[in-house]
Amino acid sequence: MNIANLIKIALKALANNKMRGFLTMLGIIIGVASVITMLAIGQGSKKSIQSQISEMGSNMIMIQPGADMRGGVRQSASAMETLKLADYENIAVETRYLAAVSPTVNSSGQVIYGANNKPSTIYGVNQDYLEIRRYSIGDGNMFTEQDITSAAKVCVVGKTVVDELFTNGENPIGKIIRFNKIPFTIVGILTNKGYNSMGMDQDDIILAPFTTIQKRVLAITHLQGINASAIKEEYTEQAISEIADILRRNHKLKPDDDDDFTIRSMEELSSMMTSTMNILTVLLASVAGISLLVGGIGIMNIMYVSVTERTREIGLRMSIGAKGVDILSQFLIESILISVTGGLIGVLLGVLLSLLVNFGINFPIYIQAWSILLSFGVCTLTGIFFGWYPAKKAAQLDPIEAIRFE
Amino acid sequence: MKTENIHTHNSPASPSPKGARGKEIIRLEHIARDFHVGDEVVHALRDVSFTIREGEFVTIMGSSGSGKSTLLNTLGCLDTPTRGEYYLDGTSVRTMGKNSRATLRNRKIGFVFQSYNLLPKTTAIENVELPLLYNPSYNASSRKQKAIESLKAVGLGDRLNHRSNQMSGGQMQRVAIARALVNDPAVILADEATGNLDTRTSYDILVLFQRLHAEGRTIIFVTHNPEISTYSGRNILLKDGRVVADTENNTIQSAAEAFAKLPVEED
Repeated sequence: MNIANLIKIALKALANNKMRGFLTMLGIIIGVASVITMLAIGQGSKKSIQSQISEMGSNMIMIQPGADMRGGVRQSASAMETLKLADYENIAVETRYLAAVSPTVNSSGQVIYGANNKPSTIYGVNQDYLEIRRYSIGDGNMFTEQDITSAAKVCVVGKTVVDELFTNGENPIGKIIRFNKIPFTIVGILTNKGYNSMGMDQDDIILAPFTTIQKRVLAITHLQGINASAIKEEYTEQAISEIADILRRNHKLKPDDDDDFTIRSMEELSSMMTSTMNILTVLLASVAGISLLVGGIGIMNIMYVSVTERTREIGLRMSIGAKGVDILSQFLIESILISVTGGLIGVLLGVLLSLLVNFGINFPIYIQAWSILLSFGVCTLTGIFFGWYPAKKAAQLDPIEAIRFE
Repeated sequence: MKTENIHTHNSPASPSPKGARGKEIIRLEHIARDFHVGDEVVHALRDVSFTIREGEFVTIMGSSGSGKSTLLNTLGCLDTPTRGEYYLDGTSVRTMGKNSRATLRNRKIGFVFQSYNLLPKTTAIENVELPLLYNPSYNASSRKQKAIESLKAVGLGDRLNHRSNQMSGGQMQRVAIARALVNDPAVILADEATGNLDTRTSYDILVLFQRLHAEGRTIIFVTHNPEISTYSGRNILLKDGRVVADTENNTIQSAAEAFAKLPVEED
């Protein structure tokens, strides 16, 4: 018996029992649709987090003074004064894998303009900081090399600072704000960046030359940190080891001494976030996978009923010349047909549901081709696996008993 | 499916008192069939031997428990004997495997059952085509053509596309007979083929069997109804797994005449 005939017979058997066929399919439809939707949601969240991280600068490297632990005691990073200007200068000159390097010092406090004031943080940096953190100047200009050398009292402010201090809609460029009683002239405004994935407002920021903050605000000579950005995300590892070599040399550490600094990269954060999202995706998909399994068991159940119900038909087919393998393929193809049709409808429904989630509640989704192929493949396998036992049972019937079955 | 190991046996020329009227279709030699029920052994068939030649119309009679059904299953290659040899159209069946017997049934035997066994919600043509689906030498169009020929032969040329649930019992049995004819079998095996029908329809079906016989078909009709034996040419009586009588019927009655004599019932 050829495949075309078998498919014809299976279609006919399904057509004779449309409602039952549909209900059996429903299990598979729901299973496949939920697998696709869940994967789309999981992958969507992962992608959106990844893009937020890369907005923050996925190749960013942060160097802080002090090790996390020393002799079992966790150290506070600000208490350490091991990072010097010379460290920054050596790193900036010697490394091959860094595109931008900026020292950082910061201070929190109240900023005042006229009758308005707000708490904010002022960051002492150089021009590279814009590139490292993916900021850009919207209005005005960045402070200059000259400003850094002369420790000029100039600053660049974020949108949130502007909105809260300049409530009358006046142009902030050229105006003077006070931070801890020290006046800063605004020379530029950063473009909007919004909130990052941790919920921090990236526009609530004031940037000033690091020399100004060191001398006029904090009265320190060391650096609180160095931010850098690797030329490419893939080179982060090499850049980190290069920086570590320079710092160990500068700090005259012996080979068996612990580092007196900590280097972190955004890539670590990104991979941590990604692995969290992967766990979430696997979790969602396995819940959906269970519903696919239940759908498969539904097929098996119905196929058993169908075999029992059609015992006489099986007996007849056998007595007029059907072999065991003919009967086996007939029922197997019927169950595969149910699962494949269910799978196709499920794929359509799953894509539709994902789009609905996207447009309806504005949740990021991402449908990958492999998730469709995977769920489709799994449901076909489900049809074969769960159809096998009932079909085998049918094929092993004794025609003598089957034909007289009441 | 084509390369089945159906091994052909050159049956020894058996001395037959009736002379060479036609070739042997069925030859049973000391057939026995035992069933094991728990610890007991049930001898359904003890020692059955007979030969049926081409063109014979034989009734096999016996009360329930006589081994009639077991003999039918053996003749139909659905079952194999415990002892003895069975040659169907020159082929030894006893040592055949399941699949070879399935193919043998497909090519050599036409079954007609008491309860018709048509596929539900299926047209007459599709039901009749069924045996040919399991024969790869037929394609879709030759199947359909054969099925139509077969249905015309049983007088259902005008009901080709009727579904099984739209037909009367007599019509359904005709479809079943057409299905048994469609593969040009060596022998038609009818199992109580009139058992579910009223008297009038039964005669109608008997007329059809007599006509098929007249056209040269070999028919074996298993029944417990003694009346049917008067319409066949030979009657084999079975009792306790043995043949107790094998008689020629020299006064075959015409089912058509009996049918004509029946009072016409007004609907």
